[in-house]
Amino acid sequence: MPALVRQLAAAILALGLAVPAFADPSLLNVSYDVARDFYKDYNPLFQKYWKAKTGENLELKQSHAGSTKQVRAVADGLEADVVTMNQATDVDFLAERGLVAADYAKKFPTNASPYTSTMVFIVRKGNPKGFKDWSDLAKPGVQVILPHPKNTGNGRYSYLAAWGYALKQPGGSDATAKDFVGKLLKNAPLFAAGGRDATTTFMQRRIGDVLVTFESEAELIAREFGRGEFEVVYPSLSILTEFPVAVVEKVVDKKGTRKQAQAYLEYLWSKEGQENAAQNYLRPRDAELLKKYAAQFPPIKTFSVDEVFGGWSKAFPAHFKDGGSFDQIYQVK
Amino acid sequence: MASTSHRVLPGFGLSLGYTLVYLSLLVLIPLGGLILKAGTLTIAEFWQIATTEQALASYRVTFGASFVAAAINAVFGLVVAWVLVRYPFPGKSLVDAFVDLPFALPTAVAGITLATLYAGNGWIGRHLEPLGIKIAYTPYGIVVALAFVTLPFIVRTLQPVIEDIEPEVEEAAASLGASRLQTFVKVIFPAIFPALLTGFTLAFSRAIGEFGSVIFIAGNMPMISEITPLLIIAKLEQQDVVGATALAVVMLVISFAMLLTINALQWWAANRHKGRAA
Repeated sequence: MPALVRQLAAAILALGLAVPAFADPSLLNVSYDVARDFYKDYNPLFQKYWKAKTGENLELKQSHAGSTKQVRAVADGLEADVVTMNQATDVDFLAERGLVAADYAKKFPTNASPYTSTMVFIVRKGNPKGFKDWSDLAKPGVQVILPHPKNTGNGRYSYLAAWGYALKQPGGSDATAKDFVGKLLKNAPLFAAGGRDATTTFMQRRIGDVLVTFESEAELIAREFGRGEFEVVYPSLSILTEFPVAVVEKVVDKKGTRKQAQAYLEYLWSKEGQENAAQNYLRPRDAELLKKYAAQFPPIKTFSVDEVFGGWSKAFPAHFKDGGSFDQIYQVK
Repeated sequence: MASTSHRVLPGFGLSLGYTLVYLSLLVLIPLGGLILKAGTLTIAEFWQIATTEQALASYRVTFGASFVAAAINAVFGLVVAWVLVRYPFPGKSLVDAFVDLPFALPTAVAGITLATLYAGNGWIGRHLEPLGIKIAYTPYGIVVALAFVTLPFIVRTLQPVIEDIEPEVEEAAASLGASRLQTFVKVIFPAIFPALLTGFTLAFSRAIGEFGSVIFIAGNMPMISEITPLLIIAKLEQQDVVGATALAVVMLVISFAMLLTINALQWWAANRHKGRAA
């Protein structure tokens, strides 16, 4: 019996080894929800490039869902060759489990984040309440729409953006920032379930005076609801949102796809990859391209999570873990 | 005991074995895993997670809204079931089919649709809001969503039972001089009460576990309109799987205790009825 099993195993192994010789290799990119369109455009670009370079037909698969859910699936055995997320906390989770390199952020340029975005305000046409900056969002009598800061990446960035703004005002401290963010959150009539839900609530259900969201969402809103419906307001200062990517070491070693996975991510920084980002309303890292698309990306002063909060590994527990600043704001009645 | 050999299913041993294996694979083992995972906490830690102010508020919202939704459906679902069984009308089979829609519809779709309808500018919300009634993004929104997803449980449980009540029974009551109300209270209601309780139990337990439809209409404000499943998601967002299972175990225990109570009540109601009939 064991002999038979061994033979069978050998046969399967032989088959497995023989298959890559004539089957096309494939990569699975496990990503967050709203990157769907970006990678739908990016994948054919890379396939063309890779075919020209190596003659190989590379099959590319995408998987999109909530960022945190996705990394848990990868940790539980979803065979992702690469992960492309919207927050370092999610990739860190995989790094802790040894699935991606501990220094993944240094494996690629610009903090392993090929493009950036920032949090901006969407207001109704004509800006009837005259929103100019974060301080206007904390005034009494206005309604602010944002996704749940504890449960969504989008909401967390909004929260930290407001916090960082308050911190950088004259006399700003953690105490004044908490007070400020508390006032802002008290102006939220609801917490949307996710970024898109917040957009629908604001645009379609016409609830709230201002929507805090990614700059990249503004274009999508324009396509969906028409440009005559709203205006984008750039605050004096906002947060730099980064979208880290990483190779899943264990999986590429097992599948023998390291070369392809590495190239797939590196190509994000190429001219074509960067242009694709710009076309999807994500700020390219390439300074020249940023200039070319200047009309689309007005200059805005930003701070990163690393600069102000000492990285996500500090910001997350301090603000969003149970008992963190978010919970404190809501439990003190 | 001898009667077991005359059953249609093959031997009692085999049937019971099959039942236990099937139930174990689908229900007992996953739930056991849940409790085991929560078991990595000490009692003190578990208690601390399970009784935070936010968790307590979420139990109140979850169980309260589920109870109200099931109770509303117990009344109006009964009417729906009654009308569907007793009155012929054009398009009846179509209406009958509609009752099952909440079963089939993805709950997230239901949630988004209800939120659109009941929002301040929605078809229904725009008529309610001038009256000072806000549904969407308040705990009332949760009740509406839960009532929507639980309606079929009551209607489908009651229909066959109402079908079994012969109209002659009502006629007999009437000929003995009972008023319509008396006929309902003394003749019909006792006959359907056990089924009504079953339907209520099913609806209530379904409502407790509901997530997709609620999340889009609740507003999700901490301490006000956060359901316990949302807190569980919040824990998972922090990769705190053990904390999430702790809350899940609390829900499991409360739900099970409530189901047991209702089942006991049902058993009592059924036997009482039987006793009177004999």
